[in-house]
Amino acid sequence: MSMPLIDWELVVANKGLIVEGLLFSLKLTLIASVIGMIGGALLAMARLSSIKPLSFLASSYVNLFRSVPLLLVLFWFFFLLPFFGIRLEVGNIAIVTFSVFEAAYFCEIIRAGIQSISRGQVSAASALGLTYGQTMSLIVLPQAFRNMLPVLVTQVVILFQDTSLTSVIGVYDFFHAAEVVGKNNGALPPMIMFIAMIYFGICFSISMAARTLLKRYAVLR
Amino acid sequence: MNWGVFLEESPTGDGPYWKLALDGAKWTVLVSLGGWAIALLVGSLIGILRTVPNKLLVWLGDAYVELFRNIPLLVQLFLWFFVLPEVLPEAVGRWLKQDLPYPELTTAIIGLGLFTAARVAVQVSAGIKSLPRGQAAAGLALGFTRTEVYLKILLPQAFRIIIPPLTSEFMSIFKNSSVALGIGLTELVFQMRQMVEYSSVVIETIAVYTLIYIALALIVNRFMAWLERAVRIPGLIAGGGK
Repeated sequence: MSMPLIDWELVVANKGLIVEGLLFSLKLTLIASVIGMIGGALLAMARLSSIKPLSFLASSYVNLFRSVPLLLVLFWFFFLLPFFGIRLEVGNIAIVTFSVFEAAYFCEIIRAGIQSISRGQVSAASALGLTYGQTMSLIVLPQAFRNMLPVLVTQVVILFQDTSLTSVIGVYDFFHAAEVVGKNNGALPPMIMFIAMIYFGICFSISMAARTLLKRYAVLR
Repeated sequence: MNWGVFLEESPTGDGPYWKLALDGAKWTVLVSLGGWAIALLVGSLIGILRTVPNKLLVWLGDAYVELFRNIPLLVQLFLWFFVLPEVLPEAVGRWLKQDLPYPELTTAIIGLGLFTAARVAVQVSAGIKSLPRGQAAAGLALGFTRTEVYLKILLPQAFRIIIPPLTSEFMSIFKNSSVALGIGLTELVFQMRQMVEYSSVVIETIAVYTLIYIALALIVNRFMAWLERAVRIPGLIAGGGK
């Protein structure tokens, strides 16, 4: 073994570049999660709507994005935006791609969550004279949200891991930062070991925290 | 529209553009099927480990799942491709770097397979745990060994139950195989990028490659639906499926 497993001196010497990359990955995760969840909720309501063309459009959107790889979608936007005359910085192309792509996945999670609530509850609500809006916001969504929380957290963890793919269109994310520092110093393996460890630390902690939290807030049946 | 571009010669020296697409599809399918074979095998073993009455083995199974689920696939492929040869004894490392046949393909199959195995393992243990406890107990009471209980009673039922989630994983592996472009495998997305860059024909190229992925997803989905019908247990809701 010629190289140290993790070269801490190299990490410390380049901490500025590495932190910059990590911050972008976190920013991308946060923005895409928020926009994706809002878009996903709207898509889910459209899918469940009784207006046929609306539910058809929403399900086509979801099926299209779920049958192609994220990398393909990343290249769609990378090539198509300039083709239509829209010039964006690569980081922003990644933000647009992830928001549009993740909305399809969040839609399915939210739809399953809403469908997990029994119909009797909706009937009972309307028998009590509650409006559709009240039924959704006071009865269905709070329960649905608790049911879907574990899957939502898992999806956000996957989203964070997938931000590493943005490096292929030249985005300076956490993965790319490690790649650049590693290659410039002829020490790619220890840098890859280092980010693997950090990725694992972040993702594992979030999953564990979510699991503990869920035990407390799960809906009792 | 310039659909004829697919008949034009590509400057990569690999023939016309349609041949590039065919080549990409070949690598995508090879990596996905090879990875799926490993994922099913390793995933079943790890999944079984997580259900046996031995704390240490359960812990090992859980550790595998957590490790492979919490590191991005691209990083995992880099670990297999660039890091492993450096940390192994020098002779083995040199063999990996110089003599391993089809290095990108082999690495991608193993990396994608072990990554997907963690997801398959979760489904397999969920399937086993969903069966009534009495079934294993009855098997043991009849004098079956634990291995026989798994092989003859638990697994045949568990696998039928988990066909729907396994279908999603099988479809995911085709999509995830695109990540192998990171270590230089010339799969579909890699070929699409090349074609757009060399031909500058954007819309037509993207449309055709997208359709190839949709077709692959459809084939996998139909195959699994057929499998689900073919192996269903009569009289069970879980064995049904449209």
